[in-house]
Amino acid sequence: MATLSVALPRRGRWRRLRQRDIVPYIFIAPNLILFGVFVLGPVAFSFGMSFTNWDGLGPATFTGLRNYAKLLNDDLFATAVRNTAVYSFGTVLPMMAIALGLAMMLNAGIRGRKFFRVVVYLPVVISWVAGSLIWRLMFLHPDGIINAILGNFGIEPQLWTGDPALALPAIMWMSFWKSLGFFTVIYLAGLQTIPPTIHEAGVIDGANRWQLFWRITLPLLQPTTLFALVIGIIGSFEVFVPVLLMTNGGPGYASMVMVMAIYRSAFVTHEMGYASAMALVLFLAMFAISWLQFRFIGREVEY
Amino acid sequence: MAMGEFTAAPMAREAAPRGEIEDRRSIGAALFRAVPYVLLGAVSIFMLFPFVWMVSTALRPAGHQSELTLIPQPYLAFENFARAWTYPHTLFNQYAINSLVIAVVSTVLAVALNSLAGFAFAKYKFPGRTVLFYLVLATLMVPFQITMIPTYVTVAKLGLINNYWGVILPGTASAFGIFLVRQFMQSIPDELLDAARIDGCSEFGIFARIIVPLSGTVLAVLAILTFLYRWNDYLLPLLVLNRQQMFTLPIGITNFIGEYQAEWSLVMAASLISIVPTVALFVFFQRYFVSGIAMTGMKG
Repeated sequence: MATLSVALPRRGRWRRLRQRDIVPYIFIAPNLILFGVFVLGPVAFSFGMSFTNWDGLGPATFTGLRNYAKLLNDDLFATAVRNTAVYSFGTVLPMMAIALGLAMMLNAGIRGRKFFRVVVYLPVVISWVAGSLIWRLMFLHPDGIINAILGNFGIEPQLWTGDPALALPAIMWMSFWKSLGFFTVIYLAGLQTIPPTIHEAGVIDGANRWQLFWRITLPLLQPTTLFALVIGIIGSFEVFVPVLLMTNGGPGYASMVMVMAIYRSAFVTHEMGYASAMALVLFLAMFAISWLQFRFIGREVEY
Repeated sequence: MAMGEFTAAPMAREAAPRGEIEDRRSIGAALFRAVPYVLLGAVSIFMLFPFVWMVSTALRPAGHQSELTLIPQPYLAFENFARAWTYPHTLFNQYAINSLVIAVVSTVLAVALNSLAGFAFAKYKFPGRTVLFYLVLATLMVPFQITMIPTYVTVAKLGLINNYWGVILPGTASAFGIFLVRQFMQSIPDELLDAARIDGCSEFGIFARIIVPLSGTVLAVLAILTFLYRWNDYLLPLLVLNRQQMFTLPIGITNFIGEYQAEWSLVMAASLISIVPTVALFVFFQRYFVSGIAMTGMKG
């Protein structure tokens, strides 16, 4: 070692520098390769396919914008878009409001808050499959437990998942149950970043509960609200499993949603090109809505 | 984000004694204080009842399916679990093994690869870092539902249909995981790394012997959330695995319902078995779930 130590420093430093230059790329490489192969490459491929009539097996023929023109006149797709929008706003907005209320109650030094937090979060940790099956069972007609309970109040048994007017609401109800805890915990985390001194100052200045909420709590929660809204809307656009397992999009197309429409076109009727066009539209919708939210709500948020 | 926030934000125990500053005089105030408990009680019943009903249905004896009693009559049919596990024409045991293999291998791989990349983004300056990081973040905007068609085509082209790797690999690179790890590791002081370099530690040695031991919490969060996501996942396995021997539990359970429509007791018994690992993970490692949300939710 003694003889080597004379020569090493310079070469060692050179090698160390080289190593530090290359190492980060090596550390990132496996992820980038996987992203390239399974996300970015596929997105580009999908974009290309949306301009063809590919059926998944044979050769693809370039058909220009024909798939997109077809989308505009496709009643099924229009229904899917409408249902997705109803589902999205009908679950996310009430869920956020109620989650905020729950989080504020849990944050107010209540006894048993740990228990409530576990209870409200429990549906989040189980699979959408298990959750959907439980609710399908409970919504059964005529002798499901929900009909039985409502029967006690003199309400006629409903078809629920078999009723065009109730199928989508039944799915929304299930999703509300499944995701409420997620948003509650997000709001709880947001509330805990607000120092109590701010509220105390508000109280000293004579603000009542109502004013404390609207003038202090809600504005300070704006980053949390933005995050929850973006995550919530994007997540709701992805809804698929409960639709597949509770109603299969029916009855008729009463609960058809966008991902279900894409899935069917791609893997049931094998219109890969057409399904790719739908997927691109869904992506643009998600992107546009997220952008709008950042633009109009995120504007005043300081990071 | 400072390191302190990780420990403070998710765990802050008791909130401000806000209510105590004001009232406390009248009966009205006492009633007002009872309101949250009543509301939370109602919400708890709404949240828990489906679970209760699941257990109740799973324990209902064959031939008594339509009797909607909370306590199954005439006896608790614990044999339903064994019946579900060994039901003819289903391979429940194999589904469970498949789910476990896929979830465990995916978790190990994701934690290893995402933490390496997160470390590189947090602690090295290199040309292209910002661009690459935004590229990674951009994939957050592209959920699997969007790429399912081309991803399926890619998996098929690689010959990975009905192969564990066909499910494991597409979800391994995770922008969420990389981001989570990066946020945490940024708070580790550079001096620690430099000291190790002076002592002759290699770059990978720094990662393995200094960074990883300091990042226990975030790696545990990542591992638990990844396992949960993989164990519960439905769409990707549905596309990639179409031989019954390869089914995971979520797919196998839905198969139950297709073939044995009437046997809800077995469907619920099978579902109950499938949620036991995730519920157990949650109950035992609750704080990691909450801090996982806080870490990503508060990125601001």
